[in-house]
Amino acid sequence: MLAQVAATSPQPQLEARAVHLWRGEKHLLRGVSFALYSGELLQVVGPNGVGKTSLLRSVAGLLPVEAGEIFWRGQQLPEGRDDFHGELAYLAHVNGLKSDLTALENLRYGVSIRRDVTTEELRDTLKLLRIESCSDLPVRALSAGQKRRVALARVMLTRASLWILDEPITNLDKAGIALFEARIAEHMRTGGMILTAAHQLLLQGQPGVRTLELQ
Amino acid sequence: MQSSVQTTPGLSKILMLVMARDLRLAVRHWDQVLQPLIFFVIVTTLFPLAISPALDELRKISPGVLWVAAMLASLLALESLFRPDVEDGTMEQWVLSGQPLSLLLLAKTATHWLLTGLPLVLMAPIVGTALGMPQSVWPVLAGTLALGTGSLSVLGAIGAALTVSVRRGSVLLALLVLPLEMPVLIFGARAVDLAMHGEPVAGPLNLLAALLLFFVSLGPFAMAAAMRISVES
Repeated sequence: MLAQVAATSPQPQLEARAVHLWRGEKHLLRGVSFALYSGELLQVVGPNGVGKTSLLRSVAGLLPVEAGEIFWRGQQLPEGRDDFHGELAYLAHVNGLKSDLTALENLRYGVSIRRDVTTEELRDTLKLLRIESCSDLPVRALSAGQKRRVALARVMLTRASLWILDEPITNLDKAGIALFEARIAEHMRTGGMILTAAHQLLLQGQPGVRTLELQ
Repeated sequence: MQSSVQTTPGLSKILMLVMARDLRLAVRHWDQVLQPLIFFVIVTTLFPLAISPALDELRKISPGVLWVAAMLASLLALESLFRPDVEDGTMEQWVLSGQPLSLLLLAKTATHWLLTGLPLVLMAPIVGTALGMPQSVWPVLAGTLALGTGSLSVLGAIGAALTVSVRRGSVLLALLVLPLEMPVLIFGARAVDLAMHGEPVAGPLNLLAALLLFFVSLGPFAMAAAMRISVES
């Protein structure tokens, strides 16, 4: 199994080696290491306050790590940071949506600072996540689950190869989770990678799906 | 190598996008946009009430009054510059967009000036007239304020980026930014004063323009560095 992975992708796309992080007095991450290969989903699990979000923010480059190294395609970050960010879609607890803009406007401004995008493409993605009826409503009028779907639509539209998602299925209903799992599976099939912090595991038992437990 | 297939927007297009977005948001929040302007008018009307309604006396202090009021109004407007975007997570998305953050923040600051600085420039001659300022001074007053409020916006944006993660940071922002803004105030008020006495104003005007160029060319990098620190917490 290991040999097979090694044959298809000789080096991990994203790799963390012995990452340490303190938050104030607390030694939060104590030498966390992981490797993420093309087409894989890695889910970080662990109890509240163990540092899942901090680990994700460190990998994304929003928190400087105090010790340890993070590599993207063999290059140690923050070297080549802008290229890395060009291939990264990050979703935090907050959705990063403007409540006074409509779902469609939010997606247009959110995506087109990164790549040129057509309105049809935006509408198609909203349709994929079954929120096409919300496209012209101001985001403040949407439910928490619908807002999360709009934020996930933005992640999908960036066409990034690496998705870092902090508890992506918060507020999603069963149908929403199933829809999103299908998108994740599709992303993995095309060689994409996903790093999530999760309380509820997605795509359990599928090939390429792994968990990383923080203690 | 997915990214090479995608067409990435040019920098000028990104600038336009950010400005279009902020203008659209401002239209939906026009009441908040008007607040600094109303503040400016109210502060300037306090002086006749407190000092004397005699136009001769007011005329003497009018350049200083207008400039100080404009400075405070522009300070008041800074609160809404970055805070909403940081709080709703948009700024994180921008930091991680792979696009130059300095440029995104400069575009935001430019839009902010259009919405809060430019109305002051247009309103100042009217308020100036109420304080007994002769019509001949209007162009100089508007000119100095146009150059000066631009500098105030950029300096203020650096301070706003630094203090945006501080809870109730508006007083800290004022303490940080006001001392740095003093040269702008000195040259701006001086130019208007000279114009009222019919003397040449090229000196202070040139200095104001030089300050604006200096701040616009280097300010965005300071803004981006400050914003990264604020988001990394």
